[in-house]
Amino acid sequence: MTGTATTVLELRDVSKSFGPVIALRSGSLAVEAGSIHALVGENGAGKSTLVKVVAGVHRRDSGDFLLGGERVDFGSTSESKAAGVAVIYQEPTLFPDLSVTENIFMGRQLLGSGRRIDRAAMYAEAEALFERLGVDLDPRRPARGLSIADQQIIEIAKAISLDARLLIMDEPTAALSGVEVERLFAVARSLRDEGRALVFISHRFDEVFALCDTITVMRDGAYVATHLTEDTSSPAIVAEMVGREVADLFPKTPAQIGEPVLEVDGLQARGVFHDVSFTVHRGEIVGLAGLVGAGRSEIARAVFGVDGYDAGSVRMNGREIARRKPRAAIEAGMAFVPEDRRAQGLVTEASVARNVASVIRGGLARAGLITTGAENRAAGPWAGRLEVKTNALDMSARTMSGGNQQKVVIAKWLATEPDLLIIDEPTRGIDVGTKAEVHRLLSELAGQGMAILMISSELPEVLGMADRVLVVCEGRITADLPREDATPEAVMHAATRQLEVTG
Amino acid sequence: MTPHTDVRHADGTEASTSEVLLVEPSALSPARRITTTVLRSRELSIFLVLIAVTVVATLKNDSFLFSSDGWRNFLVNPSLLLLLAVGQAVVIITRNVDLSVGSIMALTAYLTGRLFIDQPGLPVVAVFALCILAGGVLGLVNGLLVAYFNVPALVITLGTLYIYRGIVLSWAGSDRINAGDLPSGFLALGNKAILTIPVLTIIALAVLAVVGYYLYTARGGREFYAIGSDPDAAVLYGLDVRRRVLAAFVLSGALAGLVGVLYTARYGTVSSGVGSGIELQAVAAVVIGGVAIFGGSGTVWGAAIGAFLLVTINRALPSLGIEDFWQRAVVGALILGAIVLDRVLANRQATKLAEAREMTA
Repeated sequence: MTGTATTVLELRDVSKSFGPVIALRSGSLAVEAGSIHALVGENGAGKSTLVKVVAGVHRRDSGDFLLGGERVDFGSTSESKAAGVAVIYQEPTLFPDLSVTENIFMGRQLLGSGRRIDRAAMYAEAEALFERLGVDLDPRRPARGLSIADQQIIEIAKAISLDARLLIMDEPTAALSGVEVERLFAVARSLRDEGRALVFISHRFDEVFALCDTITVMRDGAYVATHLTEDTSSPAIVAEMVGREVADLFPKTPAQIGEPVLEVDGLQARGVFHDVSFTVHRGEIVGLAGLVGAGRSEIARAVFGVDGYDAGSVRMNGREIARRKPRAAIEAGMAFVPEDRRAQGLVTEASVARNVASVIRGGLARAGLITTGAENRAAGPWAGRLEVKTNALDMSARTMSGGNQQKVVIAKWLATEPDLLIIDEPTRGIDVGTKAEVHRLLSELAGQGMAILMISSELPEVLGMADRVLVVCEGRITADLPREDATPEAVMHAATRQLEVTG
Repeated sequence: MTPHTDVRHADGTEASTSEVLLVEPSALSPARRITTTVLRSRELSIFLVLIAVTVVATLKNDSFLFSSDGWRNFLVNPSLLLLLAVGQAVVIITRNVDLSVGSIMALTAYLTGRLFIDQPGLPVVAVFALCILAGGVLGLVNGLLVAYFNVPALVITLGTLYIYRGIVLSWAGSDRINAGDLPSGFLALGNKAILTIPVLTIIALAVLAVVGYYLYTARGGREFYAIGSDPDAAVLYGLDVRRRVLAAFVLSGALAGLVGVLYTARYGTVSSGVGSGIELQAVAAVVIGGVAIFGGSGTVWGAAIGAFLLVTINRALPSLGIEDFWQRAVVGALILGAIVLDRVLANRQATKLAEAREMTA
């Protein structure tokens, strides 16, 4: 990849780590003026980190970053903006209380005499922008209540009024309807024809192939290849996105599959997921695969009773569980390790022992009091078994590494001796070594007869660990693949399937 | 976008003017937009309540307004709270709160007395400047703590409320500043009037006008609203959030410093207990005046009228022969009513705004 005179953005071997976690190993990208460039890759391939480096949200650790042929180094979003970079996020962030026009011009309002804000000029320009984009939006109305599509249009209007030469759209179509997607594409093409450079991130291959001129594939935080759209095909891109041997990394030992533990039937929450039915058996690891935002975590939260649902039923060991009652789910033998363990699963200020003991406190209490000694006695065996590396059980959980935190959360739930473990993104943000330990642990637990429902965005992890893979796409289960049929291509195909008949 | 002459619902019924103002303001002619905005404003409605309270109190006892004392009290008494409310409004608009203003005010009130006693010959203007500066510095401390330690302003300023008050207590002890310690020219300022309008009120209204104008017409002013509306979005927009939050606290502190001087000029005596609890009155005035407690919307005009209303009600109720308990209950009901009303209106507006877009989509 060498830059030419018309190369607007060029990244060479850019890397970025967060503590021990390498988010971006070696990102490279060259975007030409007057073209739309697709950036594709699995979840966690490093696309978003790459975008955030360009946007000035993160500063790269190493590598070359050229904009318009000049070396740049952005420390803040205002610097990247001033250099002509505009980023449109999947869910735009606007000021709901302020008018649409103020949202477009915030921080660089047009000024009249005496450096006072010239509202009339701003309204006029906003109207002109919307007319050009072909949308009927009142520039004076507040941003509150606008759909995501409208909000993206405001972001685009902002980018145009900034005269941005580079527009990055991070999964802009994820929440849009068919008509809205068409409108967005029309706008994107007209911006390209004006000579601007666009980067388009999407998981939907039909959109990538319909819109983009060039495609760059990323995998595991690194650049894989760049193709002209007409020279490649969707299966070829999928192969490059996945392209690696997955078997050895994930030591799933076969376990005796027993009777059903969890039976979910016809679960539905309007606008979130529909008609979700599946079963998890004793000794079985079921992987819930799909793209970010497909509704996997929402399904898990509904099954556990954190969120409600409109229709359907959840049964544990044959007994129906009341909806919206996590306490009942725990009593029936469910355990839930959430995705964001800092926010949902771990009291980071408290000691390891207290965290581990927190769900079984009722059983520990002696005359209504819980002593630190009792907590430590209960936590000890679990922490030992999981090899949590803390010097003492009363060490604060916050000071531990991500991997050890995850083990504490798992230990916390194992102390309840569950029949079913629901685990959301078990290895997100964990270094490779600890990942293998978490995998070995899950495999062991299944071997002891526990049923495990594992949500993971990392395809190799799902394929390596799961006895059965359920693929979720746009709130529906689009595939139920036994281990031997679960190839990367099959899962990706089901996960990106455009459901033509959506309501 | 072409202005429509009338706006209709999907079912063909004509939408009310206030609804059009909300969801499609450009469809109205500029004149109609302005009149509807004013007629529908929170500021106007509490202003009408203020007039109603005043009229009722005056009908009961015409010296409430039509004696020289009554008229002066009507204007002067709210002026100090008005200044605090203006500063508080700016802070609350940025989704923060400043509970330390009462203590800052006490500090500068005592400082005023000490300056006159210890530095005789110091011009009055210098005393004003020093107190405003002192208030600004104390506000800066609040702002730095809030902006750099990522701790909610409620907690920070609750702490500085006690710290600043503690400074006054240990500095003043049981000492009092009396009218005799103060130059007569300075005391006259507290009672002087120009065309029957007290000077204190003129100062308060001048400050209100400047701050109100700045918030509406300056980039910095609009950024206060943006930060309060969504602090994370403000960061992504590249706004200097810390600087703005700092500025809001400095303004609030400086105004509290000014109020300290004016308090001394008005009442002549200062003890260490000056201004205890006034910070809550200031917050109440701001909330009643229609500034959203979670920031992002409202005006200092509303906060100013809220301050006037609060003080006037407190003065009117005893003269109407209402018991002490009910006097407080009325103020409490006013605050609760204002907050509940805000929520209900905000929810209704959000629904309407969303529905309006779905119809066109």
